[in-house]
Amino acid sequence: MTRRQECFAYGRAPCDGGAAAEIVTVAETRKGADQPSHGAQPQGGPRDSSLKIAIVDESPIRAAILEDGLREAGFVHVEHITETHNLLARVYAIDPDVILIDLESPSRDMLEQMFQMSRVVKRPVAMFVDQSDSASIQAAVDAGVSAYIVDGLKKERITSILDLCISRFNAFSRLQTELDRAKDALDERKVIDRAKGVLMKAKKFSEEEAYALMRKTAMNENKKIVEIAQSVLTAAELFK
Amino acid sequence: MNKLRIGYIPLVDAAALVVAVDCGFAAKESIDVELVREVSWSNVRDKLNIGLFDAAHLLSPVAIASSLGIGHVRVPIIAPFNLGLNGNAITVSPKLYAGLLGLADGNLADPIVSARALARLVEERQSRNAEPLTFGMTFPFSNHNYQLRFWMAAGGIDPDEDVRLVVLPPPYMVESLASGHVDGFCVGAPWNSVAVDSGVGRILHFGSEIMARASEKVLAVREPWANENPATLSALIRALAAASGFIADPNNLQAVSTAIAKRIGVNAELVARSLSGGLKIAPDGTVRTDSRYMMIGGDGASRPDPVQAAWLYAQMVRWGQVGLSEELLDLSQAVFRPDLYDEALGVAPAPDAVEPSDRIGTFIGSGFDAADVASYLSAWRTKRPGRPRLSVVR
Repeated sequence: MTRRQECFAYGRAPCDGGAAAEIVTVAETRKGADQPSHGAQPQGGPRDSSLKIAIVDESPIRAAILEDGLREAGFVHVEHITETHNLLARVYAIDPDVILIDLESPSRDMLEQMFQMSRVVKRPVAMFVDQSDSASIQAAVDAGVSAYIVDGLKKERITSILDLCISRFNAFSRLQTELDRAKDALDERKVIDRAKGVLMKAKKFSEEEAYALMRKTAMNENKKIVEIAQSVLTAAELFK
Repeated sequence: MNKLRIGYIPLVDAAALVVAVDCGFAAKESIDVELVREVSWSNVRDKLNIGLFDAAHLLSPVAIASSLGIGHVRVPIIAPFNLGLNGNAITVSPKLYAGLLGLADGNLADPIVSARALARLVEERQSRNAEPLTFGMTFPFSNHNYQLRFWMAAGGIDPDEDVRLVVLPPPYMVESLASGHVDGFCVGAPWNSVAVDSGVGRILHFGSEIMARASEKVLAVREPWANENPATLSALIRALAAASGFIADPNNLQAVSTAIAKRIGVNAELVARSLSGGLKIAPDGTVRTDSRYMMIGGDGASRPDPVQAAWLYAQMVRWGQVGLSEELLDLSQAVFRPDLYDEALGVAPAPDAVEPSDRIGTFIGSGFDAADVASYLSAWRTKRPGRPRLSVVR
């Protein structure tokens, strides 16, 4: 159990606003195989563009990516619900045909309450994923998303929406992984540069000599250069 | 080693799973368990349903609802181990508490006194067209929902008409109480204690004061999985039984609390309070103690009791979530599998709990009779028939 996971699931507050929590979860739910990320087309003619779609996602970036994708595919009524506070009231106000929700949102349980009110609500909402289509259930859960639709809506009519949703969620998780890697690489560069500075000052080395020494040490000790650089910085701190 | 993925929600009553894994009881049975933390009961249920989890820490009523196919697709789930009895509490805002205090005709620690006071308050608010009081609970199929309803209805309140009941994820409860979004809630540990410690709530009742024995969380597995993996399931049951025995021994309180606190991310003292049943109930430091507050391992708590399943089914019927039929009652009871528990542990069927005599022990009303749910429920029929029985949140 990493600290970041704890932070994510237990206290939303410290993670809000930062992409860190989302990165962890999306990366966790992501599984292997890259899937083609585009190509979902609306099917079933112009009627589908009238479908009202609500997106419940605490990551504003991912929600924007998904919203863009849906609009490109011709869906014009797309709304992102940001507040968890009055989730059900917002859902009733929008009166969506389809709700797409991020699986890492604890608010999902709030939506479930709607099933229990089916007799008194004008437009009952039901879970899309039924047993008949386990491949798409798997794909959706792997991507970290779930969908609810108005009872009675033909499943085929929202297949394209769900496919698009899955591909955008996967695209987002790839993006985040790349960003993570880029950020780690950047951090590594900084550590190495600072360590070079320490060596240059302490041993009157040139930049190349400083780097060469760390590189050689790393090879001898079977470690990464960044680890050696970190040791140099730690040692320099101790000798201060 | 058999590898298992088990989903759980970070709550104190996941204790048996946490201790089984982190204190070596699972390894002793040669099973390698990966505990996967989840953020919603819907996720736990779905991931169990589609096979991403081999087993799960699940609300007992969800296991039954899933097997009956209500509220969701039908997936036969069985519960061969009871992770815990009780453990919830009803917490109210200081403002609501003061309101109840002013209308109480006795000691508010008595649930019938508090329920009647609440009914008077509701009536008073209706007379001046005030917004209905709002209470949070964790899931439509949960003891939290049923305990709140049972308590309110005992005072003459129609929970579907007179108040609002809203689902809130446990981590949101305290904040919602502080902001006035809800006036009270029923939730599991440690969230009631968190509310008391942060000065925004006061524990009014332990769930165990509403009903003495209520199956709260079970170990849930898909029935086909259980049939295909009998040896692994037996090993898991043994590991959980050993862990539960360890938890039930007060000498291990500190070790157990530390392990659970580490997993769920709160301080160990808070966990120890829940496990020992001595909870601070008010910001002024008042402590209430009930050995039944949360029962794990001791007093036959681990063995699934089909009477408990029948009781939960009766609550679903009472509140309009499902119809009443002998077949559904039988299906519900068949979810709880004491036979698998006995077989795994190699023990003779345990005698039924002797106390309370109906094995539920509600604070008011006649004893529960699993053989005659219809008569039992007719005693509770609301005075105002023909209404929608479920709450609408607008």
